Amino acid sequence: MILLRGARPLGGPAVDVLLADGRIAGLGDRIEAPDGAELIDAGGAVLLPGLVDLHTHLREPGREDTETVATGSAAAALGGFTAVHAMANTNPVADTAEIVEQVLALGRRAGLVDVRPVGAVSAGLAGERLAELGGMARSAAAVRVFSDDGRCVSDARLMRRALEYLKPFDAVLAQHAQDPRLADGAACAHEGELSGRLGLPGWPSVAEESIVARDVMLARHTGGRLHVCHVSTAGTVEVVRWAKAQGIEVTAEVTPHHLLLTCDLLTGYDPVFKVNPPLRPAEDVEALRAGLADGTIDAVATDHAPHASHDKDHAFADAAFGMLGLQTALGVVIATMVETGLLDWAGLADRMSVRPAVIGRLAGHGRPIVVGEPANLTLVDPGRRWQVRPAELASIARNTPFAGRELPGTVLATFLRGRPTVRDGLLAESRVVAG
Amino acid sequence: MSRHLLSAADLTADQAWEILDSAEQMDAIQNREVKKLPALRGRTVVNLFFEDSTRTRSSFEIAGKWLSADVINVSAKGSSVSKGESLRDTALTVAALGVDALVVRHNASGAVQRITEWVGCSVINAGDGTHEHPTQALLDAFALRRRLGDLAGRHIVIVGDLTHSRVARSNVLLLHTLGAQVTLVAPPTLMPAGVAGWGCTTSWDLDATLAGKVAGDVDAVMMLRVQRERMSGGYFPSEREYAIGYGLGSARLDLLPEHAPVLHPGPMNRGLEISSVAADSPRSLVLDQVRAGVAVRMAVLYHVVAGADPATELEVRA
Repeated sequence: MILLRGARPLGGPAVDVLLADGRIAGLGDRIEAPDGAELIDAGGAVLLPGLVDLHTHLREPGREDTETVATGSAAAALGGFTAVHAMANTNPVADTAEIVEQVLALGRRAGLVDVRPVGAVSAGLAGERLAELGGMARSAAAVRVFSDDGRCVSDARLMRRALEYLKPFDAVLAQHAQDPRLADGAACAHEGELSGRLGLPGWPSVAEESIVARDVMLARHTGGRLHVCHVSTAGTVEVVRWAKAQGIEVTAEVTPHHLLLTCDLLTGYDPVFKVNPPLRPAEDVEALRAGLADGTIDAVATDHAPHASHDKDHAFADAAFGMLGLQTALGVVIATMVETGLLDWAGLADRMSVRPAVIGRLAGHGRPIVVGEPANLTLVDPGRRWQVRPAELASIARNTPFAGRELPGTVLATFLRGRPTVRDGLLAESRVVAG
Repeated sequence: MSRHLLSAADLTADQAWEILDSAEQMDAIQNREVKKLPALRGRTVVNLFFEDSTRTRSSFEIAGKWLSADVINVSAKGSSVSKGESLRDTALTVAALGVDALVVRHNASGAVQRITEWVGCSVINAGDGTHEHPTQALLDAFALRRRLGDLAGRHIVIVGDLTHSRVARSNVLLLHTLGAQVTLVAPPTLMPAGVAGWGCTTSWDLDATLAGKVAGDVDAVMMLRVQRERMSGGYFPSEREYAIGYGLGSARLDLLPEHAPVLHPGPMNRGLEISSVAADSPRSLVLDQVRAGVAVRMAVLYHVVAGADPATELEVRA
């Protein structure tokens, strides 16, 4: 039993919150501490539903030298998350019931967040034939999000079939929108003035936008559920806005880094800023923020992508794509959306917890902060700023693009079904052996 | 002068002129019986080439040797990513041999700049991906100056695969620094993204440009190499169509004013971007460019490697 004194749910008036038996057991101006209750002085910190990430790369199995389910879970909990969706592009690929159940078990063993495995759409991510979608959906992992993320389901027929086939499972297809003919594997910089000047292979906005435009029409045709991963351009926001206005079942996410960073950072050719899709110009960043604010973009998702330094210590074109995101996501969203007045705390909770949980069909997360609901909660001190120091992050890899930046919002505590996974900004239990 | 030469944009006009003036002195020794200067005696220069090159590598090698440096060629082709070694490890390994300067060519843009973050010695960019090739721009300016005199106010036309050309990028930057006007000509598919911000006139029409109808009379034309692989990328339909639209044949040569030379960084695709008539005409500076390469690279090595040490004096006495 835990009694939070003086927490402000969604930034509202301070109340006491009692957590018992994994649920919110009491909520009021002044709650007397029951016998044996542990007291936590929230000191006016903001109480949010535990954050839910739709897009996390935990690298296990396959690249345990960069992240494991356990270290990634620790990073997630420290970042205020209570649930993460673990992407399928592991080695072996998560394209069968056996693999997703293994990831589920690893998550339960770490016990810091609910790890929800994502299943591959195509066998081996090869984009040729469907993976065993039903097997994964019916497995103990009960997969509801399928994605070939890292690769685009570019074949229109396969995309159509997948959207149709997933309908009985109420599952969503999370598309990595990148036409491989318009932006191939070498494409690594937003195609524009800067890519031309730096001589870097361009990744044009239209390579994303044309796939999203096709996919929303396929979603309309099939009635399947489409989710657009890491929207990066103003044009994609327009397409999604139009599709939603037509009543098409489409949702979309944006990453924290696309809300803050621009392609101007590529001038030094430092691959810590190399990510897929690439960082875009300020006009796109502005459109993404506006799209997230008005709800066109439903969710913030980290695309947390750990990489070993030896996979980044190359020329820009040769280095791996991706950046860490779990521990910096909340701070970046507060800085770009809350401090700018684009979202209030309820809006942030909606985009970082409520809607991601709905999209992932994840029961027990993203729920209102009222008596009787599961106690998956995050306590954050919005005023306490902190500096990002790569060596202090819980991930094994160190590839954060925010190194040295000061971010608002310190996560004081995270509760998973009433149990603190983070307290005083530190992991509550050392169940995780550092990698 | 800076410890490195990574981009033509690193040079002020004064520094560029200083290098070109030194190169004139260096060039004079090519006529001597003993082609050696003591300027870099005891210094070690490593040509670290991640990509094949004949003329640039041999030109740097001769330049270093004529300055009495110990020159070592390291071919790192395929040694980096494919063998699993990071660029950082390769660079640190070579630098640990105790070198004073690395001359680096790499197939990826920005790779040479990255290397400067890891090693303590001077680094010279001998061509990085589709980004820059600053010594090529300097030798082009050297050859142009010999033919045209001062380059300020001159109008230079660059034609061809601008999207993928490091030669074009460095030339645009250096020619602007030296006060010249640049017009870029290519089919739309080979125009770099954002070229409007380069401060150049651009045109899809080579005939009109050479005839002076686009941006005024032309003082020189620089033809870029077009790789045949670009056809599979859909950049242009066929060699024939490219040659008709953008090749420098004899009819186009006649559009040029009498004084205007023709340049090509080599290797040439005769019959594609340049005809033999143009390549072998008295207007052609192609061999002058190659010869200038040695003198200019001597000057660059001298200024970058020895320039940091005022005790080293340039002695070019006959």
